[in-house]
Amino acid sequence: MSIYLTEVHKAFGPKEVLKGFSMSIEDGETAAIVGPSGIGKSVLLKHVVGLLRPDAGSVVVDGVSVPELDRKGLDRLRRRIGYVFQFAALFDSMSIAENVGMGLRRIPGWDRRRIEDRVEDCLALVELAGMGDRYPAELSGGQRKRAGLARAIAPEPKFLLYDEPTTGLDPVTTSAIDRLILRMRDELGVTGLVVTHDMTSAFRVADRIALLHDGRARFSGTPAEVKAASDPVLKGFVEGDPDLYYRDGRRREGMHAGGQDHGA
Amino acid sequence: MTNWLLGAFAFVGNRTVSGLQGMGRAWGLFLGATASIRNVDVWLPHLLPQMARVGVASVPIALFIATFTGIVMSLQASYTLTGAIPVYFVGTLVGKTMILELGPVLTALTLAGRVGANISAELGTMRVTEQVDALETLAYDPLAYLVVPRVFAAVFMFPIVVLLAIGIGIASGWFTALQLLDMSSPEFVKGLRLFFEPWDVWFAVIKSVSFGAVVTGVGCYFGLQTERGAEGVGRSATRTVVVASMLILCLDAFWATVLL
Repeated sequence: MSIYLTEVHKAFGPKEVLKGFSMSIEDGETAAIVGPSGIGKSVLLKHVVGLLRPDAGSVVVDGVSVPELDRKGLDRLRRRIGYVFQFAALFDSMSIAENVGMGLRRIPGWDRRRIEDRVEDCLALVELAGMGDRYPAELSGGQRKRAGLARAIAPEPKFLLYDEPTTGLDPVTTSAIDRLILRMRDELGVTGLVVTHDMTSAFRVADRIALLHDGRARFSGTPAEVKAASDPVLKGFVEGDPDLYYRDGRRREGMHAGGQDHGA
Repeated sequence: MTNWLLGAFAFVGNRTVSGLQGMGRAWGLFLGATASIRNVDVWLPHLLPQMARVGVASVPIALFIATFTGIVMSLQASYTLTGAIPVYFVGTLVGKTMILELGPVLTALTLAGRVGANISAELGTMRVTEQVDALETLAYDPLAYLVVPRVFAAVFMFPIVVLLAIGIGIASGWFTALQLLDMSSPEFVKGLRLFFEPWDVWFAVIKSVSFGAVVTGVGCYFGLQTERGAEGVGRSATRTVVVASMLILCLDAFWATVLL
């Protein structure tokens, strides 16, 4: 089963963040949604796990419509989804092992021994073996991200959502996190959705990349198609060229004023 | 003049709307938390630790305040009654005021600062660092995990802390009467028993239960509403203390009207 986002609209007060975003992520695939900071990527991700409800449009995950789920339905769905937060969101009053075991304690039939074994396995998978007794404040940024990843993968989810997994990390740690994301896909068969503004990382981990621009998916394609694309906004973002990226935005505003719609 | 008038209307209107929205959100939190009580497996393991944090850890400050309140009450009662009313009424005044008013209200106001602000800051930090969202993604009901055990802990522990405070306040008033007012123990006890009604203690317990629910409920509400980082956390803690203190005094008047 896959993730389908169809014509998703979301506004916070007068600010329209999503204006009809559509995208589908197929089973076993890792997709990346890219775009500059503050454009609504994390908002999009929160719709997938039911932390936010769309004003309009549909969000279907694993065959169920997320906005229509009640509390119990959401809990059932969330046991199949792992969420890696931008700043890890580790519970700072708990040790790393307790953090990683949090989701496991909600699974019926898992006893203490089984949880401890699974926590050890997950910490080893993210190369944090032996660090379970430490607290989040005692870890570096990269270690915290990996601990967050371990917590997300512990309940063996079918889907993994990554919110800016490499932001603020050095290139070596970024590469290590990217490798972990690929391992999740290749070894565990997890369907992944990464939101990031790190194009190097997106090219490395994603089977498909979509550019979120002006509340919509302006472009969606394979990494090769993204590199070959001539769309000025996409090129501007990929190449980190603000003149190219923003020039089209300004032209669009002018055209809207003249009555033409250049929506992606 | 017209602009000034429109501005005033807009100000009042905006404040009214935001006040009503706040009440709506608070009502939503209350209903949500009430519904979350059924998730016993989520909140029960946290009840005892919260009872220790909310109740046991609050005992020293509550007793400190009660001790000095008892001393002052005794001295002020003696000063007020001198020459007009028999001195054993010092015991009556200390006992009645500690049980009916100062024990529950001063303790609750103190705990609004200690417990309410603490809860608000903790939950506010969890909110702005996405730990509350993380709980949800791990299939935990945040209201059952965060709100229910704190409110229940306060409902159970506030009366105990208040009763201890009342006891210590009366004891310190008694000690003061013996040491500084040349009263004897039989005189103080005579005054203490003069107008004592067992119902007075129940009145204090009922008030304490409601104060506990208000202090922790307000702390949880403002904590979970926190936005915008450290500044927001500070603002939530301040609002908690102010609003909880006001509600304590309103409830105090309400219970006095209804139960006495």
